[in-house]
Parts: sequence; C-alpha cells; structure tokens
Amino acid sequence: MSALLSVEGLTVDLAVPAGTLHAVRDVSFEVARGETLCVVGESGCGKSMTALALMGLLPRNARRRARRLVFDGVDLAAASPARTNALRGAKLSMIFQEPMTALNPAYTIGNQLCEVYRRHKGGSRAAARERAAFLLGKVGIAAAGERLGQYPHQLSGGLRQRVMIAMALMCGPSLIVADEPTTALDVTIQAQILKLLKDLQAEFGMALVLITHDLGVVARIADRVAVMYAGEVVERGTAAQVFAAPRHPYTAGLIDCIPVPGRTKPGERLGAIPGTVPALVGTIEGCAFRQRCAFAQPACASAPPVHADAGHEWACVRGAA
Amino acid sequence: MDAALPSRSSVLRSRILGHAGLMTGLVLLAAALVCAIFAPLLSPHDPYFQDLSARLVPPVWHPRGDWLHPLGTDNLGRDYLSRTIYGARVSLLIGLSVMVVSGLIGTAMGLAAGYFGGRTDMVVSFVVTARLAMPVVLVALAVVALVGGSLVVVIAVLGLLKWDRFAVVMRAATQQARAQDYVAAAKATGASTFRVLLGEVLPNILPQLVVVATLEMASAILLEAALSFLGLGVQPPLPSWGLMVSEAKAYMFFSFWMIAIPGTALGLLVLAINLVGDGIRDVAAPEGRA
Repeated sequence: MSALLSVEGLTVDLAVPAGTLHAVRDVSFEVARGETLCVVGESGCGKSMTALALMGLLPRNARRRARRLVFDGVDLAAASPARTNALRGAKLSMIFQEPMTALNPAYTIGNQLCEVYRRHKGGSRAAARERAAFLLGKVGIAAAGERLGQYPHQLSGGLRQRVMIAMALMCGPSLIVADEPTTALDVTIQAQILKLLKDLQAEFGMALVLITHDLGVVARIADRVAVMYAGEVVERGTAAQVFAAPRHPYTAGLIDCIPVPGRTKPGERLGAIPGTVPALVGTIEGCAFRQRCAFAQPACASAPPVHADAGHEWACVRGAA
Repeated sequence: MDAALPSRSSVLRSRILGHAGLMTGLVLLAAALVCAIFAPLLSPHDPYFQDLSARLVPPVWHPRGDWLHPLGTDNLGRDYLSRTIYGARVSLLIGLSVMVVSGLIGTAMGLAAGYFGGRTDMVVSFVVTARLAMPVVLVALAVVALVGGSLVVVIAVLGLLKWDRFAVVMRAATQQARAQDYVAAAKATGASTFRVLLGEVLPNILPQLVVVATLEMASAILLEAALSFLGLGVQPPLPSWGLMVSEAKAYMFFSFWMIAIPGTALGLLVLAINLVGDGIRDVAAPEGRA
C-alpha cells in the first residue's frame, strides 16, 4: 500500500509563558489514497495542532519537527513556502471548524471560490465560475448561480460549511484535512454534512483526515482511526478493530461514553472518564493516562510498550486481552 | 428563493440617504469640491486682481455693500468671494495629498507591524513612539523655516509627519483581522503573504482606514491653515483660508467679515469631512460583519 500521506514522529512544541507545551508528541500515521482517517480525542489532546501541522499553519510560537512528513511524494518538512503554497488549496485542502468565520466577509461566495481555482489552475473567470457553480450544486446548494453573488453573512451556518467544502474541492485535491467540520452545526445538519463528505469522497476519490471528538462521527465515516491522548496516538487501527476490540483503556472509556438508544436507560448515568487531560507543559514521563486509568499499575510510570496485532497498534502495558 | 429581497446596492443607497449626518457632510463636501474644481468658472473676479480704489468693501448685506463684490474685498481690493472659492482648492489639495501620503506610509507600517508582529512590530512601534514625541507644528515650523514655505513643502512635511494615527489604528485592526479564521483559510488555499495582506486583511479593515483618513484629512487642512496663518505655510498671494484669516486679523475690529468668511469656510469644510467619515463608518458596518 503506497501511502498518500505518511507521518512519522511528528512533534509540535509550543512556547508558552510557563515553558514548553508539548502539544503533539511523536505522532505517526499513514493515509492511503481515497481512505478516511479519523483522529479522535478530547479537547486539548493535540488533534487540531496535528491538523495545522500537516497544513503548515501552526501559530507563530509553535515548532514542528518530524522524522518523516511526506505528502504525495513531497517532503512537507523540507518544502519551501512557495512549494507549500502551491500544494495548499490545490492537492491539499482544509475545512475549518467555524464556518461562520472561515469565509471572508468582504467578498462574495463566488469571488472566494473562483479565487482559489484561478490561483492554482489559472484559466478564465468564466471557467472558474462554472466550476464553482458545479461544485455548489454538488454540495447540495440549490440556486447555485444566485448564491455565487451572495456574501457570507447572507448564508446560514450549514450553507457556509457547504461552501467551505466546495472551496476545498475547487482544485480537485487528493487529500482534505477537516478539523471538526460539523462541531459548530446542528445535529441534523451534522448528519447531512457527514453524508455529503462521504459521498463526495467516493465520487472524487480523495483521502480525508477528519479531526473530531465525536465517536459517533467516527463510527459513521472512518476507515481507520487514530485515538489521541495528551498529544500522543495511544491506539490506531481500522475502524472495525478499534470499535470491536478497543485495547487501550482510554479508547474503551471513550466508547463507553456514547449513549446507546435502547441500551442506555433514561436517567442512568452515562459513562465518563474521571479526571481531566494532564497539563502538557514540561516533560511527561510514562503513560499520560495512568492518573485516570482504572488499570494503572506501577509499570505505567515508564513509557508503555507498543503492541501490534494485524495493523492494530496500541501503547499500553496491557497486551492483548 | 423569495424574489422580493432588496439588492445589496439598494440597501446601501437607502442607508446613505437615511443618514442625516452623512448626507449633510456629503452635500457640503460636494459644494467645496465643485468650488475647487470649477473655481475659474464660479468666481466673479480674478482672485489676484488688486483694485486699491475699492479696498475693504463690505459684503452685500452691509449697508455699504454692493453686488459687484458679494462678499466684499480685502485690504488690497481683491474680490473676497473669488479668493474664498480659490481657497477651497488649496485646502482640498493639501488635505487630500497629505491624507494619501501619510495614509500610504502609515497603512503600510501598521499592516506590517500588525501582521508580522515580533521584531517588525517592535521596530514600527518604536518609530511611531519616536514620531509621537515630536510636536507636529513645531517640526513643521522648523522645516518650513529652513527650506521655505510652498504648497509642495507643506504637503511633504505634513504627509511625512502625520502617518502616526494610520499606523496605530491599522496595526490594531490588523492584529484583530490576522487572528480570523478566514486568514488561516486563505493560507490553507495557498495564498501568499502579500495576497493575504492586501486581499484578505486590508478589505476587512477598510472601514477603520476610511475613518482615520477623513479625520487626518480634516486635521491636515486645519494644520495648513495654522501654518499659513503663522506665515510659514502657503505663501501669498496664493489664496489660502489660513492666510486670509492671517491677513484679516489686523482689520478684525473694523471689517469683521474678513476673518469670519474664511473662518466659516474652514469650519464648514472640516465639519463636512468629519460628518462624512462618521457616516461612512456607520453605513459601512453591514450586518454579519464582525
């Protein structure tokens, strides 16, 4: 399997007043062409930083290091700004969490869509507009021609997220990084957007890296899953492996948190993982989850071993059950 | 789609028409512009022509006034209405040029400081602070005294001195705009830094820029008048309102109109520009724009 995106030992450090914050620690994963990888974790586990690191959009106080960061044969870690700019928006697109603020209020939808297309593909305004109208239709926006002339504030959140998706698709990318694309939307719209992403992915054959905290989303869309905790990937594997037989206690805890209609009785307490994500400032030793873990043992104070079973990997002292 | 939605331009038009301050300002400013552009057509006399036999003729509403000189004449017998009309040229020319020169300098500095931050910000902030430590009028006086006063010198001196507010406001506005998601989104679609600055940040801080620009234009006009009044700005016989006030001050108690007319013109023009600036700020903040 030749990977489209191959990440090995990705580390992001942030300079904060209290010292160095290790937002992402030694994260590795691969995404094949046309595949969906879901990166799951709680707030502050480093999943958004991972997405930004892939796009080269980290904040100024952040530093990115990686043993290997290759996208479609291009070494992103060593690419010049011009090379990165040529990739971004063309073969590598991103969908942001907040559709309310990710569109520029000063331009019409059509202007913003065409801008991306003409930046990378050149061509006439008419061709770009045609492509924009076509894609707005694809993402389920009626009266696309009319919408092109509208400003972002004239659209609802769901429509704006559809526009963002259309914008990401403008140049026919081979990978889309979506950072919590449905979090800011109503539940009903969430389902529509997810289905849309899945359909478009099948139609255009692109790979998708979906950052989310919502395991319901993961179950619906993922081929492969990477579970992040405190800046590390603690478990990864195919969606079937991870959901059917979660190996890391954190993953198991996350899955227990999902209420299941019919099985979770009304009024019953939902599963919850006690405690909060540890502060990531300073050096972190051993398993970062051990303070919250029901199975913690003395051996957890040193770095946990990584177990592998048919592509299913997890970092925990407990081996296969 | 409902068909009856008003278009963006018609919404904007009704907003402008409904804004009393903006409309007043626009009418006054338009009048000043017409005077400045069509001065030779509008003025009844040559503003430089001296008629020593008709000195200090009072305006038409005075018992001794007549329609030959509707606003009277000055101490050299020059037609006051013509000089006032021509004076609009000097004021507007200086106001606009100074605004453009200082606006370019200040906006560039503010954008760079706000967007790049770090060392760039430190350098720009230092230069702004250093500039704020210099009193504009004093420096302008010194420079003009050194190289001699003329229209170009006044424009250059004021333009090179008055960019501080542009820099400060643009810096703060850029810092805000920089943190917006659409800037990150633009970068994520491969936009260059230059393109992000001019294409994404600038259009969104334009309302603030317009407000500062109008304030600075009004203040440049007042400064020119002050410099001319002190004899260090525009040189006679060029008709500048500041110069006219200066020339009139000796006759203040006998021919009050000589000081009141250019003073009123100056006040109205500055008022008009400020009304327009305020109005634009109100009108240009559409719903949905943060």
